[in-house]
Amino acid sequence: MTGGTGTVDEASATPEASATSRPVVARFDHVSMVFEGNTAVDDLSLDIYEGEFFSLLGPSGCGKTTSLRMLGGFEEPTRGRIFLAGKDVTFQAPYTRDVNTVFQSYALFPHLDVFENVAFGLRRRRTSKADVKRRVGEILEIVDLPNFERRRPNQLSGGQQQRVALARALVNEPSLLLLDEPMSALDAKLRRQMQVELKRIQTRVGITFLYVTHDQEEAMTMSDRLAVMRHGRIEGIGSPQEIYDSPTTEFVATFLGASNLLAGNVTGVEGSIATVTLTHGWSVRVGVGRLPEARVGTPVKVGVRPEKISLGTGAAAPGSDHNSLRGRVKVSTFTGVGNQYLVEMPWGTDVTVYAQNIGEATAPRSGEEVVLTWPIEHTFAVRPMASGSTEDETNTGDNDE
Amino acid sequence: MSVVSDAATVGGRPHEPVAPATKRPHHWGRIALPAYSWLVIAYLVFPIVVMFVYSFNKSVGGVPQVSFSWNGFTTLWYRTWNDAPGLTSAFWLSIRLALIATAISTVLGTLLAMALVRYRPRQFHGKGVIEQILFVNIAAPEIVMGASLLGLFVTFNIGRGFITLVLAHVMFCIAYVAVTVRARLTGFDRSLEEASYDLGAGPFTTFRRVTLPMIMPGVLAGALMAFALSIDDFVTSNFVSGTSSPFPVLIYASTRVGIPPQVFVFGSVIFAVGIALALSSLAIGRKRI
Repeated sequence: MTGGTGTVDEASATPEASATSRPVVARFDHVSMVFEGNTAVDDLSLDIYEGEFFSLLGPSGCGKTTSLRMLGGFEEPTRGRIFLAGKDVTFQAPYTRDVNTVFQSYALFPHLDVFENVAFGLRRRRTSKADVKRRVGEILEIVDLPNFERRRPNQLSGGQQQRVALARALVNEPSLLLLDEPMSALDAKLRRQMQVELKRIQTRVGITFLYVTHDQEEAMTMSDRLAVMRHGRIEGIGSPQEIYDSPTTEFVATFLGASNLLAGNVTGVEGSIATVTLTHGWSVRVGVGRLPEARVGTPVKVGVRPEKISLGTGAAAPGSDHNSLRGRVKVSTFTGVGNQYLVEMPWGTDVTVYAQNIGEATAPRSGEEVVLTWPIEHTFAVRPMASGSTEDETNTGDNDE
Repeated sequence: MSVVSDAATVGGRPHEPVAPATKRPHHWGRIALPAYSWLVIAYLVFPIVVMFVYSFNKSVGGVPQVSFSWNGFTTLWYRTWNDAPGLTSAFWLSIRLALIATAISTVLGTLLAMALVRYRPRQFHGKGVIEQILFVNIAAPEIVMGASLLGLFVTFNIGRGFITLVLAHVMFCIAYVAVTVRARLTGFDRSLEEASYDLGAGPFTTFRRVTLPMIMPGVLAGALMAFALSIDDFVTSNFVSGTSSPFPVLIYASTRVGIPPQVFVFGSVIFAVGIALALSSLAIGRKRI
């Protein structure tokens, strides 16, 4: 980590650092999956460590569900190997693997009641009657569904069905739990509730979770680490805060949260600070370590998150540790918790700024000239994306795969 | 609604506004359609009622033959149900034949349906042809099938009897079973089977514990249809039965010399058993839902 993001090191309790010392539960080793001529997963290599909550995040068709299904044994990779607990399981049948899945549709058995649904895995392993009863009772307690044993799945609400699906998988105490967009059928309120709940359950049972989602907020709230996928490849991997604060590609910067990206070229490198001259002549500074390539002349996009920018009237003094740009407020929207501004740069680009509502009297109004200021340490740079816009892919709506 | 809670939103209903009381115009359709339906039912049931009534009819001059004029009430035919020559053995032959043909055609038809639903044309060569043949098998006139089967059995010098009857009945039942089960399987959620594998069940356990219970209503419907087709089949059976005549073939043969009144007894009892089965399946169905 460079760029001196002090907050990262303190706050995240470094799951990344501690994770690497833990055993690897699952490993993708140069895995590719080609389906009817389309590459769904493209040379994926990834380690998932014991006890972590890992998310695969990406838009529809990015290969995240296919990757999960290959771990579960429902798809075979075209190339590469898959390991579970150090053992090559690439072509092993799903019923011989020590993983369990929470399916997107829950896939509860409609002809069995809740108890028999949850007991299904235990019965396959010839668990004694008394043990089945005890363990099913315990897990239903954990997912907060006691006294639901005799209900049929069609008598349960969506949220309850999801808990049963979770219990049915967890009761087998797998080394790895796979969750395939389990929240996509829930409404927004229930979804937020279940996010907290799922994290609580994961902490309590201590099982490794691999969570697949297209919802960046969901991935950030729950994950210890996450990987952003696109076109079958991982574009960024790390703790949510690392990825949010230091996105490594333009796609990650726009898919995970909002980013202001300004195109330019590296025009100077001085010690640990590089200067990037924007296409229209203005310049900003960025930590050398944040550059994709620390070479003068490299085309980059300089980025800053909207909440890192403060609006004022005076420019930062030259030589200070802040960048500043001048612009004119185009739109100012009051959102309750704060204000959202669209500030037009002199060359026409809009920059989004979030200001928290902390009772400051003078909020700039539309048409006003303002100076945007933000610390150099909160400036990042990514390589410009080769092809056009990312609009279609950054839509994190409820479109399922 | 004063308290807003989870329970209220799940179980409760919002207030429904009370509509102002306006005079509703009279809908004749509400009377006409049910009345029409009852007429159709009467049309369907009438022959059975006649049969039931005439099973209590005395015969004329002591000859045990069905008479179509009312000669007075008797329960004689019920008491002597076993006395008509060949009738009882033909009945049991039909029952045995139907049970065996149903069992075989249900297994074969169900497996065929699964193959047709499971695999896409690319994985299953000739899938379309098989579907067409199933349709042709259902649509083809029975007389053609019966005649060609007879020709086949004669050509290959296969003695006609119970075996040829089973072969013929299984043949015309499979297509019906396959079509019925396929309809049930079409909406089948494959992720249920994946969930079963995921929980450690192998292919056989998955079929027995998940797939089969799920498609059971379709399989039962198919079996019921096969049984019904087999037990009252006349045309094909007449060609291939040889000397062992099933119930319908025997009755047809006896019409030339006079129908024994016990035929109506068997008919009434079969109908009563059918009604009892239908009612009990309805009751079970209600309980399960």
